[in-house]
Formats: sequence, structure tokens, C-alpha cells
Amino acid sequence: MGKRKKEQESYSYMRDVIERFCHHKAALVSVFILGVIVLAVCILPLTMELEPYTTNSGAVYAKPEGNYILGTDEIGRDLFSRLIYGGRTSLFVGVVSMLLSVAIGVPLGILAGYYKGWVETIVLRMADVFMSFPSIVLCIVLVSILGPSITAVTIVIGITGWPQFARIIYSKVIITREMEYVQSAKSTGIKDGRIMTQYILPNALSPVLINMTFRTAQAILMEASLSFLGLGVKPPAASWGNILQYAQTISSLTMRPWMWVPAGILMVITVVTINFIGDGIRDALDPKLKI
Amino acid sequence: MNRQEELIKIQNLKKYFNAGNAFGGKKGKVYAVDNVNLDIYRGETLGLVGESGCGKSTLGRTILRLNEATEGEIDFGGKDINRLKREELRQMRRRMQMIFQDPYSSLNPRMTIMEIIRSPLDAFKIGTTEEREEKVLQLMERVGLGKQHLFRYPHEFSGGQRQRVVIAKALILNPEFVVADEPVSALDVSVRSQILNLMKELQSEFNFTCLFISHDLSVVKHISNRVAVMYLGQIVEITDKRELYENPCHPYTKALLSAIPIPDARVKVKRQILKGDVPSPYNPPSGCRFHTRCPMATDRCKEEAPTLCDVGGNHMVACHFCEATGQAK
Repeated sequence: MGKRKKEQESYSYMRDVIERFCHHKAALVSVFILGVIVLAVCILPLTMELEPYTTNSGAVYAKPEGNYILGTDEIGRDLFSRLIYGGRTSLFVGVVSMLLSVAIGVPLGILAGYYKGWVETIVLRMADVFMSFPSIVLCIVLVSILGPSITAVTIVIGITGWPQFARIIYSKVIITREMEYVQSAKSTGIKDGRIMTQYILPNALSPVLINMTFRTAQAILMEASLSFLGLGVKPPAASWGNILQYAQTISSLTMRPWMWVPAGILMVITVVTINFIGDGIRDALDPKLKI
Repeated sequence: MNRQEELIKIQNLKKYFNAGNAFGGKKGKVYAVDNVNLDIYRGETLGLVGESGCGKSTLGRTILRLNEATEGEIDFGGKDINRLKREELRQMRRRMQMIFQDPYSSLNPRMTIMEIIRSPLDAFKIGTTEEREEKVLQLMERVGLGKQHLFRYPHEFSGGQRQRVVIAKALILNPEFVVADEPVSALDVSVRSQILNLMKELQSEFNFTCLFISHDLSVVKHISNRVAVMYLGQIVEITDKRELYENPCHPYTKALLSAIPIPDARVKVKRQILKGDVPSPYNPPSGCRFHTRCPMATDRCKEEAPTLCDVGGNHMVACHFCEATGQAK
């Protein structure tokens, strides 16, 4: 009887994970809020006639009313449109640069943990070098070389993020490689490449999955910081960061809150919800795991 | 049994692990396997017994080169395993397989039973996919698993069933040599004999040679033809099963055998209880390694290490006292 119950429990591992995730209230609410933001950012440009790039010299610094529900900026562009388009940019940069970090970090981390020796030394020392620079300084240097653009910002943030993933998966791989099923695969004569992709990667991936969410949030903030410093997304293209940059003057900050409050709030909400979702995934995948 | 043909000849095999901590503290070596000479004959099951930590598993793993040997030769069918290059070694692995102790950790939790048992065939690209699957099915039936188990994951099985999967996976390439590292010690007593009998049957069917590592003397008695006794990284006695159980020569073997419980309250056995623990392989005793616990130890034992010598009838013992008896015979 007891054995049967145990079997059924383990049978539905994925269902367990989903169930545990659903019990995480903050994560669930976050999924909903983030879903709304993502949908708005994706669908509104298709259904509404948004004009983020059109200037209107008759409505500079217009207050939120009438045609401009969130007002206009100093050259009369509709801030609501810019907010939506900026969201697209910010989310794109966040997700794509995170994927880039994963694509660089995970293979390097697996190689380092699996082969050890000089591969390990090189990868880990390189990660140390990257991590010992303040990443924002590194970004500024790289962007000034590449020139500010959405692609450049994405690549730069992606590159600076790899050590995090390399180290996380490395620490899991050095445990997994000693498991008997890896030893057994080795003794069977299975090639190293296959051992890494089929035996080690799937069993070492969960901390990476969790950190993907956190890194996305971090990348969104980094994009905003770079744009705020004028090194990120270049106008007329919009991003939440460069919307904030336009409000850098003291008069805008004190007199025209519509220029920066919505973008700031939206960014905070996005980052917080992504972090909550990450928490939820972590608790759902492994209740014992603490990072 | 025709025992003349040696499948594996091990000469002066040594495996030392580097010890010492990360802060550059005292450095030294753990003498896990120290100067082992061993012949394994084709078709036999050689039992390898010893206490925990005496280096049995390390010896088994070093023979398969899952650990790199520090020194020595392992001759497998005319080739020195320690000298093989990467791809040569991989091809060689086809002929030797290992069954691990813990069936709960020796199966990849993210692969189905079908994928697990098929994986050796995939690795060496044998046959078409249909042929491979056909072979998996046959073998699964042979080890007592049904078709309905094919696409399940390891966590859905009991320990005994998992060990059947492990055995099927080890045998699918028709290996000549199998190292079984305590294959039943993680199992329930009730399924232990099933698995042991299965291994015995399969051995006569598949004709593989087996190095059966165990700390359980009654298990070894059941399955092996010859038995080697290991103590602190060295082999102290090796002979036919019957000879060992009836006429043990080394004082350590005697102590081990007298410790086997007899399930009868009326039988009184004079137990030879060994004092103390196994000394650390980090700093093994001088001379005969057993002298610290041996009831017969003399000054000679403390200084001079005995070598394995024949006391007649293929009975090899490493003990100064048995050299004398051997000559007397």
C-alpha cells in the first residue's frame, strides 16, 4: 500500500511541480501581472494607433489629458506610446541578453566541471576576472566601443552575465559527475559529449532555470541604467531607461511627474514580478533548495 | 572447470590517492590499492571480500580504468588497459562492464528504461534502431521485466527491479568481463537471492567472467568459484571457494569466517574476535599490514612484509606462518 502510494507520488513529478507553484501566491499573482504587461506590450501596438516617434510642437510637455493619456515629452511625443514601445525594448533586451548569458555560461560551466584540470582553471579564472569588474563599468566600456544601439546593449549585457551561469552550473556539475549513473555511462563507453548533454545537463539544470528569471530582471535594470546614462538604447527608439533619461532635468523631476513616474513604476513592477516568479519556480522545483 | 586461460592478469597494481587539505596542510598518500597481483580466469566468478575501506571497490574501478592506476599493469586479452589511448579504451569498454552497488543512483533519472538499456548499443552504433529495440525487449524479458516497463522512468521502480535494469544494461553488449561492485548489498534480503540467482543463470548463458565484490561472505560463497580476501589494499589470501571456507590459512580470513552468523541458537562457535579497527590506509602499518590485529604476530611480522606464496593446490597466502606450513606440505 505504502509503496503504491509512493509510486503514484513520484509518477506525477511535473504535476507536483505545477501544484507547488500554484500554492505560491505571490508567484501566481506575479504571473498574472507580468502576463498583462507582456500582452499589453505585444498587442497594443497592433490594435491601437500608437505613434511613439511623431513629434508635436504644439503639445510640448503636455499634461496627461485628452489625446495624450500620459502626456507628452519635451518634443511633444506621446508618452503612452513610448511607454508601450519602450516596454518591448526593455523586455526584449532582458530576455535575449539573458539567453545569451546562458548560451555562453552553461556550456563553459559544464566543460569546466566535467573535465576539471586546465579547462576548469581557465573558465573559472575568466569568470573571476569578469566578476571582479563592476559590471556597469564593463558595460560602459564595451558600449563605447560598439556604439549604443539595442543590439549592442543586448550583446554587452549578455556577455557580462555569463560568469553567473557558468559558476552556478559548474557547482552542480562537479556533484553530478560523481553520481553513479555518470560513472556507469563512462564505464559503458558512452562518449563524453553525450554524457555531458544527456546525463549531466538535464540533472544539473534546475538552478540555471531559476536564475534565468533573476538574470532577466537584472538585465532589464542594467539596460535602464545604461540608457539612463545615455549609453543604452538610442532615441528615437524608446526604452524605459531612456524615457527616464529625458526626465533627468530638475524641472521635469519636480514639475512633470508624468514623464517619469509611469515608466519607473512599470519597470519596478516588472522586475519585482519576475523575481517572485523565480522564487516560485525555485520552491516548486525543489523545496529544499536554497540559493 | 578449465581454468588455464587467463582473461586478466594484474601485476603490481597500485592506486594511491593524494591526501592533504586545501590549506596546504600535511600531504600524504592513501594507499588504497597497494601492489596487487591477481589473475582472473576466463569464465570464472572471482569473489573479492574484505572490510569496508580495504580497497575492494577501488581495485574493481581501477581494473576498468574508472580510476587511473598509479602504477602497474592490467593485461586484458593481451592489451595493457593502462596504456590504451582514449578511443582504444572506449572500444575496449565494450568488452568490460560494471554493475554498481546502489541501483537508486546508478540509473539516469531523466532517461526511460528503454533509453537506459539501449544506451550502450547507441554508444557503439550497433544495428538499426529497430534491431536495438528488439534486443532491449529480449533482454528485458530475460531479466524479468515486462514490456509495460519500457517507457517508464527509474524512480517508478523498486530496488530489485532497478538492479535488473542495471544488469540488462551491463549485459546488452555481451561483455567478456563484468565487475559487480556489491550488486546486492543495497537490496532487501528478500530480493537479494533472486538477483544473485539471476546473475548466476545469466553468467552461464552469456559466458562472461565476473569479479564479484562483496563484504558479505555468504553471498560470495553462493556465487563465486574462487575467492580473494583483501585487507588494507593488499590481497592476503586467494584460493578456490571450497578450500577457503574449509581450510582458511591467513589469520584474517579465519577471523572473517568465524564471524559468519549461524542461524541456529544451539551451535556454539568459538569466535575469533579481532581487536580494534582497520588501521588507516593513509599510514599503513609496517611489515605485514595485519600485524596490529593479528593474534599470532611476532617481531618478524612487524618488519618484513610477507608476499603471496603458494601453499599447494592453487592456494595463495600472504603470511609468514603459512610459508612455513607450505614448505612443510
